[in-house]
Amino acid sequence: MRKYLPQYLAISPFFLLFGIFGLFPMLFLLYLAFQNWDGVGAMRFVGLDQFRYLVSDDVFWRSLVNTLEIWVLSTVPTLFLGLVIAFVLHSSVRFTTFYRIAYFVPSVTSLVAVAIVFGSIFSSNFGLLNAVLNALGAAEVPWLTSEWGIKVSISALIVWQWTGYNAIIYLAGLQAISSDVFDAATVDGASRWQTLWRIVIPMMKPVILFTVIASTIGGLQTFTEAQILVGEEGGPGQAGLTMVLYLYQQAFKHNDFGYGAAIGVGLFVVVLLFSIINWRLVQRGERA
Amino acid sequence: MRRPKVIQHSVLGLGVLLSLFPFYWMVVMATNSTEEILKFPPAVTPGGELLTNVGKVFTEIDFFGSMLNTFLAATGATVLVLLFDSLAAFTFAKFHFPGRTFLFVLLLATMMIPPQLSAIPQFVVMAQFGWVGSLKALVVPATINAFGIFWMRQYIAGAVHDELLEAARLDGCGFLRQYWHVGLPVVRPALGFLGIYTFISVWNDYLWPLVVLVDPDELTLQVALGQLNRTHDTDYSMVMAGTVLAVIPLLIVFLIGARNFIADLAKGAVRG
Repeated sequence: MRKYLPQYLAISPFFLLFGIFGLFPMLFLLYLAFQNWDGVGAMRFVGLDQFRYLVSDDVFWRSLVNTLEIWVLSTVPTLFLGLVIAFVLHSSVRFTTFYRIAYFVPSVTSLVAVAIVFGSIFSSNFGLLNAVLNALGAAEVPWLTSEWGIKVSISALIVWQWTGYNAIIYLAGLQAISSDVFDAATVDGASRWQTLWRIVIPMMKPVILFTVIASTIGGLQTFTEAQILVGEEGGPGQAGLTMVLYLYQQAFKHNDFGYGAAIGVGLFVVVLLFSIINWRLVQRGERA
Repeated sequence: MRRPKVIQHSVLGLGVLLSLFPFYWMVVMATNSTEEILKFPPAVTPGGELLTNVGKVFTEIDFFGSMLNTFLAATGATVLVLLFDSLAAFTFAKFHFPGRTFLFVLLLATMMIPPQLSAIPQFVVMAQFGWVGSLKALVVPATINAFGIFWMRQYIAGAVHDELLEAARLDGCGFLRQYWHVGLPVVRPALGFLGIYTFISVWNDYLWPLVVLVDPDELTLQVALGQLNRTHDTDYSMVMAGTVLAVIPLLIVFLIGARNFIADLAKGAVRG
Protein backbone atom coordinates (compact mmCIF):
# COMPACT_ATOMS: atom_id res chain seq x y z
CA MET A 1 0.00 0.00 0.00
CA ARG A 2 2.84 2.38 0.92
CA LYS A 3 4.18 2.42 -2.58
CA TYR A 4 0.87 3.87 -3.81
CA LEU A 5 0.91 6.67 -1.25
CA PRO A 6 1.65 9.46 -3.79
CA GLN A 7 -1.28 8.35 -5.94
CA TYR A 8 -3.69 8.26 -3.02
CA LEU A 9 -2.49 11.66 -1.85
CA ALA A 10 -2.94 13.04 -5.37
CA ILE A 11 -6.59 12.06 -5.53
CA SER A 12 -7.33 12.77 -1.86
CA PRO A 13 -8.27 16.49 -2.08
CA PHE A 14 -11.41 15.71 -4.03
CA PHE A 15 -12.56 12.94 -1.71
CA LEU A 16 -11.73 14.85 1.48
CA LEU A 17 -13.47 18.02 0.32
CA PHE A 18 -16.40 16.08 -1.04
CA GLY A 19 -16.74 14.30 2.29
CA ILE A 20 -16.86 17.55 4.24
CA PHE A 21 -18.74 19.83 1.84
CA GLY A 22 -20.74 17.33 -0.24
CA LEU A 23 -21.55 14.05 1.49
CA PHE A 24 -21.79 15.28 5.06
CA PRO A 25 -24.21 18.11 4.16
CA MET A 26 -26.45 15.63 2.34
CA LEU A 27 -26.65 13.38 5.41
CA PHE A 28 -27.09 16.41 7.62
CA LEU A 29 -29.98 17.54 5.40
CA LEU A 30 -31.77 14.29 6.18
CA TYR A 31 -31.09 14.79 9.90
CA LEU A 32 -32.38 18.36 9.80
CA ALA A 33 -35.61 17.25 8.14
CA PHE A 34 -36.51 15.48 11.40
CA GLN A 35 -35.99 18.61 13.48
CA ASN A 36 -37.78 21.82 14.18
CA TRP A 37 -35.15 24.54 13.95
CA ASP A 38 -35.09 28.27 13.31
CA GLY A 39 -31.38 28.25 12.50
CA VAL A 40 -30.38 29.93 15.77
CA GLY A 41 -31.99 28.33 18.84
CA ALA A 42 -31.97 24.70 19.95
CA MET A 43 -33.15 21.96 17.59
CA ARG A 44 -36.18 19.96 18.60
CA PHE A 45 -36.71 16.43 17.29
CA VAL A 46 -40.16 16.19 15.72
CA GLY A 47 -40.01 12.79 14.04
CA LEU A 48 -41.89 12.64 10.77
CA ASP A 49 -43.91 15.82 11.38
CA GLN A 50 -42.12 17.83 8.69
CA PHE A 51 -42.77 15.12 6.10
CA ARG A 52 -46.38 14.74 7.18
CA TYR A 53 -46.80 18.45 6.65
CA LEU A 54 -44.89 18.28 3.34
CA VAL A 55 -47.22 15.74 1.72
CA SER A 56 -50.28 17.73 2.77
CA ASP A 57 -48.75 21.09 1.81
CA ASP A 58 -50.50 22.40 -1.31
CA VAL A 59 -47.73 24.93 -1.85
CA PHE A 60 -45.10 22.19 -2.03
CA TRP A 61 -47.09 20.29 -4.67
CA ARG A 62 -47.70 23.52 -6.54
CA SER A 63 -43.95 24.19 -6.55
CA LEU A 64 -43.35 20.69 -7.93
CA VAL A 65 -45.94 21.18 -10.68
CA ASN A 66 -44.56 24.65 -11.46
CA THR A 67 -41.04 23.27 -11.73
CA LEU A 68 -42.11 20.48 -14.08
CA GLU A 69 -44.28 22.79 -16.21
CA ILE A 70 -41.47 25.30 -16.60
CA TRP A 71 -39.07 22.45 -17.32
CA VAL A 72 -41.24 21.14 -20.19
CA LEU A 73 -42.03 24.63 -21.51
CA SER A 74 -38.34 25.44 -21.66
CA THR A 75 -36.62 22.15 -22.50
CA VAL A 76 -38.74 21.13 -25.50
CA PRO A 77 -38.21 24.37 -27.48
CA THR A 78 -34.57 24.61 -26.37
CA LEU A 79 -33.61 21.18 -27.64
CA PHE A 80 -35.76 21.39 -30.78
CA LEU A 81 -34.44 24.81 -31.81
CA GLY A 82 -30.94 23.71 -30.87
CA LEU A 83 -31.21 20.79 -33.30
CA VAL A 84 -32.57 23.02 -36.07
CA ILE A 85 -29.73 25.53 -35.64
CA ALA A 86 -27.17 22.71 -35.53
CA PHE A 87 -28.46 21.26 -38.82
CA VAL A 88 -28.38 24.63 -40.55
CA LEU A 89 -24.92 25.41 -39.16
CA HIS A 90 -23.71 21.99 -40.26
CA SER A 91 -24.71 22.52 -43.87
CA SER A 92 -23.39 26.08 -44.03
CA VAL A 93 -19.69 26.76 -44.38
CA ARG A 94 -19.16 30.48 -43.96
CA PHE A 95 -18.96 32.56 -40.78
CA THR A 96 -19.30 29.48 -38.58
CA THR A 97 -16.95 30.87 -35.92
CA PHE A 98 -18.98 34.07 -35.71
CA TYR A 99 -22.26 32.14 -35.48
CA ARG A 100 -20.90 29.82 -32.84
CA ILE A 101 -19.71 32.63 -30.61
CA ALA A 102 -22.93 34.62 -31.06
CA TYR A 103 -25.04 31.57 -30.18
CA PHE A 104 -22.87 30.58 -27.27
CA VAL A 105 -22.61 33.96 -25.53
CA PRO A 106 -26.00 33.76 -23.74
CA SER A 107 -24.98 30.60 -21.86
CA VAL A 108 -21.92 32.22 -20.28
CA THR A 109 -23.63 35.49 -19.42
CA SER A 110 -24.62 36.13 -15.81
CA LEU A 111 -28.10 34.74 -15.23
CA VAL A 112 -28.90 37.52 -12.78
CA ALA A 113 -28.05 40.11 -15.42
CA VAL A 114 -30.11 38.54 -18.20
CA ALA A 115 -33.01 37.89 -15.84
CA ILE A 116 -33.06 41.61 -15.04
CA VAL A 117 -33.08 42.43 -18.77
CA PHE A 118 -35.87 39.92 -19.42
CA GLY A 119 -37.76 41.37 -16.49
CA SER A 120 -37.80 44.75 -18.22
CA ILE A 121 -38.69 43.24 -21.61
CA PHE A 122 -41.61 41.25 -20.17
CA SER A 123 -42.71 43.88 -17.64
CA SER A 124 -46.50 44.19 -17.72
CA ASN A 125 -46.62 47.99 -17.53
CA PHE A 126 -43.65 49.42 -19.37
CA GLY A 127 -42.15 46.35 -20.96
CA LEU A 128 -40.79 46.36 -24.48
CA LEU A 129 -42.82 43.33 -25.51
CA ASN A 130 -46.12 44.91 -24.52
CA ALA A 131 -45.09 48.18 -26.17
CA VAL A 132 -44.50 46.24 -29.40
CA LEU A 133 -47.81 44.39 -29.05
CA ASN A 134 -49.51 47.71 -28.41
CA ALA A 135 -47.93 49.30 -31.48
CA LEU A 136 -49.10 46.36 -33.58
CA GLY A 137 -52.60 46.86 -32.27
CA ALA A 138 -52.61 43.58 -30.35
CA ALA A 139 -53.77 43.19 -26.78
CA GLU A 140 -51.16 43.51 -24.04
CA VAL A 141 -50.32 40.37 -22.11
CA PRO A 142 -49.87 40.42 -18.32
CA TRP A 143 -46.56 38.55 -18.66
CA LEU A 144 -45.27 38.80 -15.11
CA THR A 145 -48.62 39.09 -13.35
CA SER A 146 -50.56 36.08 -14.62
CA GLU A 147 -50.01 32.37 -14.11
CA TRP A 148 -49.10 31.33 -17.65
CA GLY A 149 -47.45 34.66 -18.37
CA ILE A 150 -45.00 34.02 -15.55
CA LYS A 151 -44.27 30.48 -16.68
CA VAL A 152 -43.82 31.51 -20.30
CA SER A 153 -41.52 34.40 -19.31
CA ILE A 154 -39.29 32.18 -17.15
CA SER A 155 -39.22 29.54 -19.88
CA ALA A 156 -38.41 32.12 -22.56
CA LEU A 157 -35.40 33.18 -20.54
CA ILE A 158 -34.20 29.57 -20.25
CA VAL A 159 -34.77 28.93 -23.96
CA TRP A 160 -32.85 32.09 -24.83
CA GLN A 161 -29.93 31.16 -22.60
CA TRP A 162 -29.50 27.48 -23.54
CA THR A 163 -30.58 27.02 -27.17
CA GLY A 164 -27.22 28.07 -28.60
CA TYR A 165 -25.30 25.97 -26.10
CA ASN A 166 -27.23 22.87 -27.12
CA ALA A 167 -26.89 23.75 -30.80
CA ILE A 168 -23.09 23.79 -30.44
CA ILE A 169 -23.14 20.38 -28.77
CA TYR A 170 -25.44 18.93 -31.44
CA LEU A 171 -23.20 20.42 -34.11
CA ALA A 172 -20.21 18.57 -32.64
CA GLY A 173 -22.31 15.39 -32.69
CA LEU A 174 -23.19 15.95 -36.35
CA GLN A 175 -19.58 16.60 -37.27
CA ALA A 176 -18.57 13.34 -35.59
CA ILE A 177 -20.75 11.44 -38.11
CA SER A 178 -18.53 10.45 -41.01
CA SER A 179 -19.43 12.03 -44.36
CA ASP A 180 -19.27 8.51 -45.84
CA VAL A 181 -22.55 7.81 -44.08
CA PHE A 182 -24.24 10.74 -45.82
CA ASP A 183 -22.70 9.77 -49.18
CA ALA A 184 -23.88 6.18 -48.81
CA ALA A 185 -27.38 7.36 -48.00
CA THR A 186 -27.41 9.59 -51.08
CA VAL A 187 -26.15 6.76 -53.29
CA ASP A 188 -28.88 4.50 -51.93
CA GLY A 189 -31.42 7.13 -52.93
CA ALA A 190 -32.50 8.22 -49.47
CA SER A 191 -34.32 11.55 -49.34
CA ARG A 192 -33.05 14.29 -47.01
CA TRP A 193 -35.96 13.64 -44.69
CA GLN A 194 -35.20 9.90 -44.59
CA THR A 195 -31.52 10.58 -43.96
CA LEU A 196 -32.47 12.83 -41.08
CA TRP A 197 -34.91 10.48 -39.34
CA ARG A 198 -33.38 7.09 -40.17
CA ILE A 199 -29.69 7.89 -39.95
CA VAL A 200 -28.79 11.19 -38.34
CA ILE A 201 -31.17 11.20 -35.37
CA PRO A 202 -30.39 7.58 -34.37
CA MET A 203 -26.65 8.26 -34.59
CA MET A 204 -27.09 11.41 -32.51
CA LYS A 205 -28.91 9.55 -29.75
CA PRO A 206 -26.07 9.60 -27.18
CA VAL A 207 -25.57 13.35 -27.67
CA ILE A 208 -29.29 14.05 -27.45
CA LEU A 209 -29.46 12.00 -24.26
CA PHE A 210 -26.59 14.01 -22.81
CA THR A 211 -28.48 17.25 -23.43
CA VAL A 212 -31.73 15.80 -22.05
CA ILE A 213 -29.97 14.73 -18.85
CA ALA A 214 -28.21 18.09 -18.48
CA SER A 215 -31.50 19.94 -19.07
CA THR A 216 -33.28 17.76 -16.52
CA ILE A 217 -30.71 18.36 -13.80
CA GLY A 218 -30.68 22.08 -14.58
CA GLY A 219 -34.46 22.38 -14.97
CA LEU A 220 -35.30 20.74 -11.65
CA GLN A 221 -33.05 23.26 -9.92
CA THR A 222 -34.48 26.41 -11.51
CA PHE A 223 -34.11 29.22 -9.02
CA THR A 224 -32.43 32.44 -10.17
CA GLU A 225 -34.76 33.05 -13.13
CA ALA A 226 -37.82 32.88 -10.87
CA GLN A 227 -36.32 34.78 -7.93
CA ILE A 228 -35.28 37.74 -10.10
CA LEU A 229 -38.37 37.80 -12.35
CA VAL A 230 -41.15 37.34 -9.78
CA GLY A 231 -39.46 37.51 -6.37
CA GLU A 232 -39.15 35.29 -3.31
CA GLU A 233 -42.85 34.49 -2.97
CA GLY A 234 -43.12 33.29 -6.57
CA GLY A 235 -45.32 36.12 -7.89
CA PRO A 236 -49.12 36.25 -8.28
CA GLY A 237 -50.71 32.87 -7.60
CA GLN A 238 -47.22 31.58 -6.72
CA ALA A 239 -46.96 30.63 -10.39
CA GLY A 240 -43.22 31.15 -10.42
CA LEU A 241 -42.54 29.32 -7.16
CA THR A 242 -40.11 26.54 -8.10
CA MET A 243 -39.00 23.86 -5.67
CA VAL A 244 -35.59 25.41 -5.00
CA LEU A 245 -37.21 28.83 -4.58
CA TYR A 246 -39.64 27.36 -2.03
CA LEU A 247 -36.75 25.70 -0.20
CA TYR A 248 -34.82 28.98 -0.15
CA GLN A 249 -37.88 30.94 1.00
CA GLN A 250 -38.71 28.58 3.87
CA ALA A 251 -35.16 28.19 5.17
CA PHE A 252 -33.57 31.56 4.61
CA LYS A 253 -36.50 33.98 4.56
CA HIS A 254 -38.84 32.36 7.08
CA ASN A 255 -36.02 30.78 9.12
CA ASP A 256 -37.69 27.38 9.04
CA PHE A 257 -34.61 25.23 8.47
CA GLY A 258 -36.32 21.96 9.39
CA TYR A 259 -39.08 22.38 6.84
CA GLY A 260 -36.63 23.72 4.26
CA ALA A 261 -34.63 20.51 4.75
CA ALA A 262 -37.79 18.42 4.28
CA ILE A 263 -38.43 20.22 0.97
CA GLY A 264 -34.81 19.45 0.10
CA VAL A 265 -35.39 15.75 0.74
CA GLY A 266 -38.53 15.92 -1.41
CA LEU A 267 -36.56 17.57 -4.20
CA PHE A 268 -33.85 14.93 -3.86
CA VAL A 269 -36.43 12.16 -4.34
CA VAL A 270 -37.72 13.89 -7.48
CA VAL A 271 -34.19 14.29 -8.86
CA LEU A 272 -33.45 10.64 -8.05
CA LEU A 273 -36.63 9.54 -9.84
CA PHE A 274 -35.71 11.50 -12.95
CA SER A 275 -32.12 10.23 -12.80
CA ILE A 276 -33.43 6.65 -12.81
CA ILE A 277 -35.68 7.40 -15.79
CA ASN A 278 -32.77 9.03 -17.61
CA TRP A 279 -30.51 6.13 -16.74
CA ARG A 280 -33.03 3.66 -18.16
CA LEU A 281 -33.21 5.76 -21.32
CA VAL A 282 -29.43 5.71 -21.63
CA GLN A 283 -29.38 1.93 -21.23
CA ARG A 284 -32.02 1.53 -23.91
CA GLY A 285 -30.08 3.94 -26.11
CA GLU A 286 -26.95 1.85 -25.76
CA ARG A 287 -28.66 -1.37 -26.66
CA ALA A 288 -30.31 0.12 -29.73
CA MET B 1 -27.36 26.10 -54.86
CA ARG B 2 -27.72 29.82 -54.19
CA ARG B 3 -31.20 29.94 -52.77
CA PRO B 4 -30.68 27.42 -49.95
CA LYS B 5 -27.65 29.45 -48.80
CA VAL B 6 -29.79 32.57 -48.58
CA ILE B 7 -32.38 30.71 -46.52
CA GLN B 8 -29.69 29.23 -44.29
CA HIS B 9 -28.10 32.55 -43.55
CA SER B 10 -31.50 34.16 -42.93
CA VAL B 11 -32.36 31.48 -40.39
CA LEU B 12 -28.96 31.77 -38.72
CA GLY B 13 -29.06 35.56 -38.88
CA LEU B 14 -32.46 35.68 -37.21
CA GLY B 15 -31.11 33.41 -34.48
CA VAL B 16 -28.12 35.69 -33.98
CA LEU B 17 -30.42 38.73 -33.71
CA LEU B 18 -32.50 37.02 -31.03
CA SER B 19 -29.38 35.84 -29.29
CA LEU B 20 -27.76 39.26 -29.16
CA PHE B 21 -30.84 41.47 -28.82
CA PRO B 22 -30.99 41.42 -24.99
CA PHE B 23 -27.41 42.75 -24.93
CA TYR B 24 -28.40 45.60 -27.23
CA TRP B 25 -31.47 46.34 -25.16
CA MET B 26 -29.37 46.31 -22.00
CA VAL B 27 -27.14 48.98 -23.55
CA VAL B 28 -30.13 51.03 -24.76
CA MET B 29 -31.59 51.15 -21.28
CA ALA B 30 -28.27 51.78 -19.57
CA THR B 31 -27.53 54.77 -21.81
CA ASN B 32 -30.94 56.46 -21.60
CA SER B 33 -32.70 58.04 -18.65
CA THR B 34 -35.51 56.10 -17.02
CA GLU B 35 -38.02 58.68 -18.30
CA GLU B 36 -36.89 58.02 -21.88
CA ILE B 37 -37.45 54.30 -21.41
CA LEU B 38 -40.85 54.59 -19.77
CA LYS B 39 -42.40 57.05 -22.21
CA PHE B 40 -44.37 55.77 -25.17
CA PRO B 41 -42.94 54.92 -27.63
CA PRO B 42 -39.78 54.16 -25.62
CA ALA B 43 -36.25 55.03 -26.67
CA VAL B 44 -34.89 52.27 -28.91
CA THR B 45 -31.39 53.54 -29.62
CA PRO B 46 -28.48 54.21 -27.23
CA GLY B 47 -28.55 57.60 -25.54
CA GLY B 48 -26.01 59.72 -23.69
CA GLU B 49 -26.90 59.08 -20.06
CA LEU B 50 -24.50 56.23 -19.37
CA LEU B 51 -22.15 58.16 -17.07
CA THR B 52 -25.02 59.58 -15.00
CA ASN B 53 -26.47 56.10 -14.58
CA VAL B 54 -23.11 54.55 -13.74
CA GLY B 55 -22.51 57.29 -11.18
CA LYS B 56 -25.80 56.39 -9.47
CA VAL B 57 -24.79 52.71 -9.40
CA PHE B 58 -21.53 53.60 -7.63
CA THR B 59 -23.35 55.53 -4.92
CA GLU B 60 -25.94 52.78 -4.40
CA ILE B 61 -23.70 49.73 -4.18
CA ASP B 62 -20.04 49.07 -3.49
CA PHE B 63 -19.50 48.05 -7.09
CA PHE B 64 -15.72 47.70 -7.11
CA GLY B 65 -15.71 46.02 -3.71
CA SER B 66 -18.20 43.41 -4.98
CA MET B 67 -16.26 43.00 -8.18
CA LEU B 68 -13.04 42.43 -6.24
CA ASN B 69 -14.77 39.84 -4.04
CA THR B 70 -16.14 38.07 -7.11
CA PHE B 71 -12.77 38.18 -8.82
CA LEU B 72 -10.93 36.82 -5.77
CA ALA B 73 -13.44 33.99 -5.24
CA ALA B 74 -13.45 33.02 -8.92
CA THR B 75 -9.64 33.17 -9.20
CA GLY B 76 -9.07 31.23 -5.98
CA ALA B 77 -11.49 28.50 -6.99
CA THR B 78 -10.04 28.32 -10.50
CA VAL B 79 -6.43 27.92 -9.33
CA LEU B 80 -7.37 25.21 -6.83
CA VAL B 81 -9.60 23.36 -9.31
CA LEU B 82 -6.84 23.32 -11.93
CA LEU B 83 -4.34 21.98 -9.40
CA PHE B 84 -6.58 19.37 -7.77
CA ASP B 85 -8.30 18.23 -10.95
CA SER B 86 -5.21 17.92 -13.13
CA LEU B 87 -3.36 16.02 -10.40
CA ALA B 88 -6.26 13.66 -9.75
CA ALA B 89 -6.99 13.23 -13.46
CA PHE B 90 -3.34 12.49 -14.22
CA THR B 91 -3.30 9.87 -11.47
CA PHE B 92 -6.55 8.20 -12.58
CA ALA B 93 -5.50 8.21 -16.22
CA LYS B 94 -1.91 6.98 -15.96
CA PHE B 95 -1.39 5.01 -12.74
CA HIS B 96 -2.63 1.70 -11.44
CA PHE B 97 -3.37 1.44 -7.78
CA PRO B 98 -5.73 -0.72 -5.72
CA GLY B 99 -9.28 0.64 -5.76
CA ARG B 100 -8.75 2.86 -8.81
CA THR B 101 -11.88 1.77 -10.69
CA PHE B 102 -14.02 1.85 -7.57
CA LEU B 103 -12.84 5.32 -6.59
CA PHE B 104 -13.41 6.64 -10.10
CA VAL B 105 -16.95 5.27 -10.23
CA LEU B 106 -17.53 6.79 -6.79
CA LEU B 107 -16.31 10.11 -8.16
CA LEU B 108 -18.72 9.89 -11.10
CA ALA B 109 -21.56 9.02 -8.73
CA THR B 110 -21.01 12.24 -6.79
CA MET B 111 -22.05 14.16 -9.90
CA MET B 112 -25.59 12.88 -9.35
CA ILE B 113 -26.06 15.04 -6.26
CA PRO B 114 -27.64 18.35 -7.22
CA PRO B 115 -25.53 21.10 -5.62
CA GLN B 116 -28.47 23.49 -5.02
CA LEU B 117 -29.91 20.94 -2.62
CA SER B 118 -27.15 21.26 -0.08
CA ALA B 119 -27.53 25.03 0.40
CA ILE B 120 -29.17 24.56 3.82
CA PRO B 121 -26.82 21.99 5.40
CA GLN B 122 -23.78 23.57 3.77
CA PHE B 123 -24.75 26.86 5.36
CA VAL B 124 -24.81 25.10 8.74
CA VAL B 125 -21.37 23.58 8.08
CA MET B 126 -20.03 27.03 7.18
CA ALA B 127 -21.51 28.43 10.37
CA GLN B 128 -19.64 25.75 12.35
CA PHE B 129 -16.38 26.71 10.62
CA GLY B 130 -17.06 30.39 11.21
CA TRP B 131 -16.91 30.93 7.44
CA VAL B 132 -20.34 32.53 6.97
CA GLY B 133 -19.84 35.87 5.26
CA SER B 134 -16.31 35.01 4.16
CA LEU B 135 -14.97 34.33 0.69
CA LYS B 136 -13.61 30.97 1.90
CA ALA B 137 -17.23 29.80 1.92
CA LEU B 138 -17.40 30.50 -1.82
CA VAL B 139 -13.98 29.17 -2.80
CA VAL B 140 -13.67 25.88 -0.94
CA PRO B 141 -16.92 24.14 -2.01
CA ALA B 142 -16.31 25.31 -5.58
CA THR B 143 -13.09 23.30 -5.69
CA ILE B 144 -15.10 20.05 -5.61
CA ASN B 145 -15.35 19.43 -9.32
CA ALA B 146 -15.91 15.83 -10.33
CA PHE B 147 -16.76 16.88 -13.87
CA GLY B 148 -13.34 18.54 -14.21
CA ILE B 149 -11.51 15.40 -13.11
CA PHE B 150 -13.61 13.22 -15.40
CA TRP B 151 -13.19 15.53 -18.37
CA MET B 152 -9.47 15.95 -17.90
CA ARG B 153 -8.89 12.25 -17.35
CA GLN B 154 -10.36 11.60 -20.80
CA TYR B 155 -8.03 14.20 -22.22
CA ILE B 156 -4.88 12.96 -20.46
CA ALA B 157 -5.54 9.32 -21.32
CA GLY B 158 -5.13 10.16 -25.00
CA ALA B 159 -2.70 13.06 -24.89
CA VAL B 160 0.02 11.86 -22.51
CA HIS B 161 1.98 8.92 -23.91
CA ASP B 162 2.99 6.08 -21.63
CA GLU B 163 6.42 5.84 -23.30
CA LEU B 164 7.14 9.40 -22.24
CA LEU B 165 6.26 8.63 -18.63
CA GLU B 166 8.30 5.44 -18.77
CA ALA B 167 11.29 7.42 -20.01
CA ALA B 168 10.83 9.95 -17.21
CA ARG B 169 10.65 7.11 -14.69
CA LEU B 170 13.90 5.61 -16.01
CA ASP B 171 15.50 9.01 -15.61
CA GLY B 172 14.59 8.83 -11.94
CA CYS B 173 11.57 11.13 -11.96
CA GLY B 174 9.27 10.55 -9.01
CA PHE B 175 5.48 10.82 -9.20
CA LEU B 176 5.27 14.55 -8.69
CA ARG B 177 7.99 15.33 -11.22
CA GLN B 178 6.32 13.12 -13.80
CA TYR B 179 3.14 15.12 -13.23
CA TRP B 180 4.91 18.46 -13.38
CA HIS B 181 7.31 17.85 -16.28
CA VAL B 182 5.45 15.37 -18.47
CA GLY B 183 1.75 15.55 -17.61
CA LEU B 184 1.15 19.23 -17.05
CA PRO B 185 2.79 20.62 -20.22
CA VAL B 186 0.75 18.26 -22.39
CA VAL B 187 -2.60 19.11 -20.80
CA ARG B 188 -2.19 22.88 -20.98
CA PRO B 189 -5.02 23.30 -23.56
CA ALA B 190 -7.33 21.30 -21.31
CA LEU B 191 -6.37 23.52 -18.37
CA GLY B 192 -7.41 26.54 -20.42
CA PHE B 193 -10.90 25.16 -20.94
CA LEU B 194 -11.41 24.00 -17.37
CA GLY B 195 -10.05 27.28 -16.06
CA ILE B 196 -12.44 29.44 -18.06
CA TYR B 197 -15.31 27.10 -17.23
CA THR B 198 -14.64 27.26 -13.49
CA PHE B 199 -14.05 31.00 -13.47
CA ILE B 200 -17.33 31.66 -15.30
CA SER B 201 -19.33 29.31 -13.05
CA VAL B 202 -18.09 30.88 -9.83
CA TRP B 203 -18.39 34.41 -11.22
CA ASN B 204 -22.03 33.84 -12.20
CA ASP B 205 -23.11 31.77 -9.21
CA TYR B 206 -26.05 33.31 -7.39
CA LEU B 207 -27.93 31.11 -4.89
CA TRP B 208 -24.96 30.08 -2.77
CA PRO B 209 -23.38 33.53 -2.35
CA LEU B 210 -26.88 34.93 -1.76
CA VAL B 211 -27.25 32.51 1.15
CA VAL B 212 -23.79 32.56 2.66
CA LEU B 213 -22.69 36.19 2.27
CA VAL B 214 -24.65 37.75 5.10
CA ASP B 215 -22.72 41.01 5.41
CA PRO B 216 -24.37 43.55 3.05
CA ASP B 217 -20.98 45.25 2.58
CA GLU B 218 -19.27 42.05 1.45
CA LEU B 219 -21.19 40.72 -1.54
CA THR B 220 -20.41 39.29 -4.94
CA LEU B 221 -21.39 41.16 -8.06
CA GLN B 222 -24.40 38.93 -8.78
CA VAL B 223 -25.83 39.34 -5.29
CA ALA B 224 -25.21 43.10 -5.32
CA LEU B 225 -26.92 43.28 -8.71
CA GLY B 226 -29.91 41.28 -7.48
CA GLN B 227 -30.18 43.61 -4.51
CA LEU B 228 -29.95 46.69 -6.71
CA ASN B 229 -32.75 45.29 -8.86
CA ARG B 230 -34.95 44.56 -5.84
CA THR B 231 -34.51 47.85 -4.05
CA HIS B 232 -34.60 50.18 -7.09
CA ASP B 233 -36.96 48.42 -9.41
CA THR B 234 -38.34 51.72 -10.67
CA ASP B 235 -34.99 53.13 -11.80
CA TYR B 236 -34.48 50.86 -14.82
CA SER B 237 -31.60 52.85 -16.28
CA MET B 238 -29.50 52.70 -13.16
CA VAL B 239 -30.11 48.97 -12.69
CA MET B 240 -29.23 48.35 -16.34
CA ALA B 241 -26.05 50.38 -16.04
CA GLY B 242 -25.05 48.09 -13.18
CA THR B 243 -26.00 45.08 -15.27
CA VAL B 244 -23.86 46.20 -18.20
CA LEU B 245 -20.90 46.81 -15.91
CA ALA B 246 -21.30 43.37 -14.34
CA VAL B 247 -21.54 41.56 -17.67
CA ILE B 248 -18.62 43.18 -19.51
CA PRO B 249 -15.62 41.72 -17.61
CA LEU B 250 -16.86 38.19 -18.06
CA LEU B 251 -17.64 38.69 -21.74
CA ILE B 252 -14.03 39.78 -22.21
CA VAL B 253 -12.74 36.66 -20.44
CA PHE B 254 -15.02 34.54 -22.59
CA LEU B 255 -14.24 36.21 -25.90
CA ILE B 256 -10.48 35.84 -25.37
CA GLY B 257 -10.75 32.07 -25.22
CA ALA B 258 -14.07 31.63 -27.05
CA ARG B 259 -12.89 29.70 -30.11
CA ASN B 260 -11.03 26.99 -28.26
CA PHE B 261 -13.44 27.01 -25.35
CA ILE B 262 -16.48 26.21 -27.50
CA ALA B 263 -14.62 23.52 -29.44
CA ASP B 264 -13.40 21.84 -26.23
CA LEU B 265 -16.81 21.93 -24.61
CA ALA B 266 -18.48 20.41 -27.65
CA LYS B 267 -15.85 17.68 -27.92
CA GLY B 268 -16.22 16.83 -24.23
CA ALA B 269 -19.99 16.52 -24.50
CA VAL B 270 -19.84 14.28 -27.55
CA ARG B 271 -17.22 12.01 -26.02
CA GLY B 272 -18.88 11.88 -22.60
